[in-house]
Amino acid sequence: MTDTLTHLDRLEAESIHIMREVMADAVKPVMLYSVGKDSAVMLHLARKAFYPSPPPFPLLHVDTTWKFQAMYELRDRMAAESGMELIVYQNPEAKQRGINPFDHGPLHTDMWKTEGLKQALDLHGFDVAFGGARRDEEKSRAKERIFSFRTGTHGWDPKKQRPELWNLYNAKKAKGESIRVFPISNWTELDIWQYIARENIPIVPLYFAAPRPTVERDGLLLMVDDDRFPLLPGETPVERSVRFRTLGCYPLTGAVESEAKTLSEVIQEMLLTTTSERQGRIIDKDGGDASMEKKKQEGYF
Amino acid sequence: MPNPADAPIYVTDALIAEDIDAYLAQHQQKSLLRFITCGSVDDGKSTLIGRLLYDSKMIFEDQLAALETDSRKVGTQGQEIDFALLVDGLAAEREQGITIDVAYRFFTTEKRKFIVADTPGHEQYTRNMITGASTADLAVILIDARKGVLTQTRRHSYLAHLIGIKHIVLAVNKMDLVGYDKAVFERILLSYRAFASEIGITNFTAIPISGFKGDNITALSDNMPWFKGPALIEHLEGVEVAAQRDVNSDFRFPVQWVNRPNLDFRGFSGQIAGGSVRPGDAVRVLPSGKTTTIDRIVTIGGDLDEAVAGQSVTLTLADEVDCSRGDVIAAADAPPEAADQFEATLVWMADEAMIAGRAYWLKLATQTVSATVQQPKYEINVNTLDHLAAKTLELNGIGVVELSTDKPIVFEAYADNRTLGGFILIDKLTNATVAAGMLHFSLRRAQNVHWQASDISRDMRANLKNQKPALLWFTGLSGSGKSTIANLVEKRLHRMNRHSFLLDGDNVRHGLNRDLGFTEADRIENIRRVGEVAKLMTDAGLIVITAFISPFRVERDMVRSMLPEGDFIEVFIDTPLAEAERRDVKGLYKKARAGQLKNFTGIDSPYEAPETPEIRIDTTAMSPEEAADLIIDRLLG
Repeated sequence: MTDTLTHLDRLEAESIHIMREVMADAVKPVMLYSVGKDSAVMLHLARKAFYPSPPPFPLLHVDTTWKFQAMYELRDRMAAESGMELIVYQNPEAKQRGINPFDHGPLHTDMWKTEGLKQALDLHGFDVAFGGARRDEEKSRAKERIFSFRTGTHGWDPKKQRPELWNLYNAKKAKGESIRVFPISNWTELDIWQYIARENIPIVPLYFAAPRPTVERDGLLLMVDDDRFPLLPGETPVERSVRFRTLGCYPLTGAVESEAKTLSEVIQEMLLTTTSERQGRIIDKDGGDASMEKKKQEGYF
Repeated sequence: MPNPADAPIYVTDALIAEDIDAYLAQHQQKSLLRFITCGSVDDGKSTLIGRLLYDSKMIFEDQLAALETDSRKVGTQGQEIDFALLVDGLAAEREQGITIDVAYRFFTTEKRKFIVADTPGHEQYTRNMITGASTADLAVILIDARKGVLTQTRRHSYLAHLIGIKHIVLAVNKMDLVGYDKAVFERILLSYRAFASEIGITNFTAIPISGFKGDNITALSDNMPWFKGPALIEHLEGVEVAAQRDVNSDFRFPVQWVNRPNLDFRGFSGQIAGGSVRPGDAVRVLPSGKTTTIDRIVTIGGDLDEAVAGQSVTLTLADEVDCSRGDVIAAADAPPEAADQFEATLVWMADEAMIAGRAYWLKLATQTVSATVQQPKYEINVNTLDHLAAKTLELNGIGVVELSTDKPIVFEAYADNRTLGGFILIDKLTNATVAAGMLHFSLRRAQNVHWQASDISRDMRANLKNQKPALLWFTGLSGSGKSTIANLVEKRLHRMNRHSFLLDGDNVRHGLNRDLGFTEADRIENIRRVGEVAKLMTDAGLIVITAFISPFRVERDMVRSMLPEGDFIEVFIDTPLAEAERRDVKGLYKKARAGQLKNFTGIDSPYEAPETPEIRIDTTAMSPEEAADLIIDRLLG
């Protein structure tokens, strides 16, 4: 096979190189695992990178207790299959105060995810955390480094990023500082889907269309995933054939009506669609135009 | 050309709708081209990238809606869409209307996938451009048709060439603002060609475009019937990618990680930096130089028959040879060099200027070593390309320097292999990446440091002191009486108005050699340095007396060979081990016998007695005073 490698081959080799490079300087690395399709690809790449050893780090799921049931099922199955330790963290304060997406709006994301992540990293003393962010997702992510430095308080300073040349990553850090590493920075949504198809990677069935109970609210099609979903007066769940383009907390994640039941059909629909991937996510729109950049400075992934 | 806002928003490949599996099969075979766009805001660089994304249908409705709102709010194109807003990602950049960092963009056409590094054009962002260019196969250099070849055009071209980009595209933009005039394009082409050949760019492709209006981007424009092509995207789809060249070079594999799941498996993980590899290939592990053969190429999907440059794999070797992170596994018959002194081009990337002589971390491939940089040989003015004298390099400064590492690293010239020739420097205190460098070649001390002749000769200095210089090299066991006798000898010489100097082992270890321990390598280096110092002193006309155990014959002979014939006088203080141990003046034998001192000569480290010393002193047969007299007689008599 002396042919030039395909783009997927080159992306895969780059991501594996990055993951191994982390092992040179990291004291206690961890892989953030959110059970979405990007996480699925990350886990698959980690298993390839270190085979026949299991990946030399645990998986960390920063849980909000509001994920889809199907996500919890796949999470536990994949952790068992990979032979990796799975750490599930739920912010105890958010739990105690009963923070939820229906009553607390942006506070829900802030406490469960942003604060929860910081707490989990501090609690276990992880100095390097792998994340599945991609540069094509959002404007501020297009400029973030693959090795992204965080201060002792997890802040991100876009003006103090280290230059990254060739495939040389500077992973040196002071005590207390940590690094977020994004091995699939250069992948696009289409690459992710194609790679899942090529490598037969298991993903949450919610990505495929099926009849599901849904209500329409604020322009989003929400799935009634359990009985915690408070129905407004006049709302009745309607069975619709829907699927999800991204997965998060079920009350915050909009479904799209679809008949795409296979990977090929999902990819086809994605290529023919006219809206971007994160459009169904409420999180990006809080606080206006620079919302994600602001969240990152505060310590969100 | 219709107004972009009225253009169809998302016209997709018909194959997607008709036969998605066929489309995917085709798409999976696409190659990847990474390129960089160079130019400043005024050249319409961001607009061009926005246009490429737009024309290859990478902009979705919701993004377009946001773009339209933004365009009206902060855009610079009136009511029309400002494509630059798609690209200038950070809030600060949007407000100031400038691009201050590298942004990566992705788009795909029917033939190829692209990653674009969008970097700022101003001189203060040279480091950003170098960063973006380091991974690029091709550079698009933008020129404003109204302005022609400017200083910044020269700078961008030089930098792209410096970082080793083989494919240069000269995009003459804003042709719509010069009436699509052929003469304007040709005038620019002519002046660029003259400049390009001056700096060694032999090959480039010039295309007249309008990023704003879309001329000659995806298809040839009716507005410029005189231009026969190719259109920009067509050209980008056609150029050969660099990976091909890497595959045809010699096998290079920097080891990233030793894969050791259990005692039965020992693999070496890394990304192939050159050539290809098959099981059975003869390889050499560097820098140790041990040879072995490749046993397996291990992947989760089963062993491979072959792996090529660019792939990340895990190799196992047929023999148990030492190999760890930082080592390079290479073709046995064409291994790269290892060296510790280099000439390199350095691009300084930190606000704090370079400090000559300070130790920085140097990271090259998977090797991290301590390195010091000397004062630049010269700095390059990136606008005029003049060579300037410089004491240091400031932010964005580019210069040629010599640097040395604390241990040899495996390398190749950057021009031959980017992975084994490109490096970064890291500040040891702040951990910041302060510079990027490209190795030219190694410097061998013997080849490149020349003797400086002086007018006053060795003999003239000795004559002035009225003596013949010599080195009295005392050797013998610890406690044999070397220092005592040497001291008496020097006192007698002093009384006789002879100029002398006594180099004592313990004293030297407090200063000149305080970085050395007692391992074999360190003891050798200890003797070598003392030999060099003694030689300088005899050159100065002195009678030098040294008192070191110096247990190894080969080191004593090494010093002997440094000096002119007859100047080295070996004085063997011959005290039997039992006698020396009985005296045990410093209590060292006792400690060594108790196992508290390792590598102690005579106990657990050998002493090789001289076979034919110039002078032999039997301390069991004479007193120290008698010994001193004997030595003086032999020296001056």
